[in-house]
Amino acid sequence: MSNPGVESAAEAGAAAPPVAATASVLRIFVAFLVIGSTSFGGPVPYLREHLVTRRRWLDDKTFVELLSISQSLPGLNATNMAILVGDRLAGPRGALAGVIGMCLPGAIIMFVVGVLYREHGAYAWTTAALKGVAAASVGLVLATVVQLSEKSLDGRFDFVFVAVTVVAVEHFHVSVPVALIGVGAAAILWHRPRRGT
Amino acid sequence: MHQWGALVRVFAYLSLLTVGGGMAAFPELKAESVEVHQWLTFSQLVHLYSVGQLSPGPNMMMIVPIGDWAGGIVGAILVVLAFFGPTGLLTFGVGRAWNRLEAWPWRASIQKGLAPVSIGLLLAGCFSIAKGAIFGLDTAAIAVGVLLILLRYKVNPALLVLGGAAVGLLAYL
Repeated sequence: MSNPGVESAAEAGAAAPPVAATASVLRIFVAFLVIGSTSFGGPVPYLREHLVTRRRWLDDKTFVELLSISQSLPGLNATNMAILVGDRLAGPRGALAGVIGMCLPGAIIMFVVGVLYREHGAYAWTTAALKGVAAASVGLVLATVVQLSEKSLDGRFDFVFVAVTVVAVEHFHVSVPVALIGVGAAAILWHRPRRGT
Repeated sequence: MHQWGALVRVFAYLSLLTVGGGMAAFPELKAESVEVHQWLTFSQLVHLYSVGQLSPGPNMMMIVPIGDWAGGIVGAILVVLAFFGPTGLLTFGVGRAWNRLEAWPWRASIQKGLAPVSIGLLLAGCFSIAKGAIFGLDTAAIAVGVLLILLRYKVNPALLVLGGAAVGLLAYL
């Protein structure tokens, strides 16, 4: 698993179009506020568009690397990316600016939605529409599962780990942290570093 | 408001389970908010989660209304801080260490090992929400339709969720 191509953003930027190594806290806040208020349907394409293409704060390789860290850690991709990118560009204050910008628009929107839903959610027509929305979101999660599986499952045994996790949580009501630590430890050991590979 | 402490505890705990996506925490979110604390009903939770997919930004902002309903506007703010604070600090710390661990052979093992577990947790979350969202042929058809369209074409998922609302409305009218 040697990865000789991975260098710092500054070095990689020498070959590719120039990549800014720093940015002001205010610009970070504004950038993530824009992403946070426009990223309908999932943040990843919007993050790439703004951070890599428009502002050139990251090159593509760094973007993918930060995204894979975001996905391996607890927390949502959107906020984890805001923290990692903000920290890279302006330290802890940049991370804070990024995550606040990312969360603010959605939080305000959902606050209003929650108030409206509590007052008007019981009409027959809203219930009918919500029924359709809920069914569609099940399809959405399933599609995410399929796409992630194609990208990140490695070998037949990984499907066993997936199945064990599902059956443990869904059927035997094993709590999520226990399943995460138990199956996770087994899977990490299964993928342990081996000499000569 | 006596719910504030419980809100912070529950959502700080839930945040640590969101490996791979917010859906991974859904089974515990249901257990804590519907069964233990009864902040809302299961069908309200399914509705909020689903409508939350239409909102831009992090796709778990549906926690805000739960905080608001159980503890007012302070509850809503506390829930956001509890849900994003602990994992935010963890990401901040690990993000800094991770770059230094580049040569550590277990780094790749951890990433490879967590992938199937997080996919399993997403799938378990999906089954859990399906119990409150799939009731018959019509709803199953919407879910399968969205799945197939997303696998086949490059469509913005938010549009398909809106499409689900339209189909639901048409079926009612």
